[in-house]
Amino acid sequence: MRSRLLVTQEDFDPGIEIEALSAGQSRSGAIASFVGLVRGASDGVQAMTLEHYPGMTEKQIGGLIEEAAKRWTLDAVTVIHRVGRLEPGARIVFVGVAGRHRAEAFAACEFLIDWLKTQAPFWKLEETAAGDRWVTARASDEERARRW
Amino acid sequence: MKIIYFAALRREIGVGEETVAPPAEINTVGRLKDWLAGRSPAHAKALSAPRLMAAVNQDYAGMESPVAADDEVAFFPPVTGG
Repeated sequence: MRSRLLVTQEDFDPGIEIEALSAGQSRSGAIASFVGLVRGASDGVQAMTLEHYPGMTEKQIGGLIEEAAKRWTLDAVTVIHRVGRLEPGARIVFVGVAGRHRAEAFAACEFLIDWLKTQAPFWKLEETAAGDRWVTARASDEERARRW
Repeated sequence: MKIIYFAALRREIGVGEETVAPPAEINTVGRLKDWLAGRSPAHAKALSAPRLMAAVNQDYAGMESPVAADDEVAFFPPVTGG
């Protein structure tokens, strides 16, 4: 299985990342992907700054990719997570999975984003009209991760 | 021992990283946390956060996990990525 893991300040192109999952191999029958965005306007969030724990981030996400590869037959996995200051509408995270059949591609993709949210050491600081506030972890995210 | 703080903890304590030399009996994450809390009122407040998380050498660790002089120990709030 091929894997690509990137933590970066730069934006990414989901189309290019999806293409790359099957480039040079014809074993896969399905690609599933997820793109997370900065939710804005209705929440009053003007921007957010993401920080992370360099080294541990890669170690934890690398472990999640290995776990996904044990559970499902996967051909390629890409995880990209941005850090730094991002405005509403900006892409934050990409998870893409190429597998033999759609069921395992969907499942592995959802597993990876659910676990990334509760295991990868990132923190979000939101800027609002009333000042900065740290995003707090949601119990619903932990419940989603525990389903797997 | 290298100590790292992230997010709200870093802001409250005022430093992201510090090198400390705790006495030998400070041999678990929990004991280290209590010992660090004695360094300043800001440490005490930040490290008393109810859902404080910790990592030893970049793996999640509980309060009973062992720590040694050459470890890298991080304290931080629950993660909010994705």
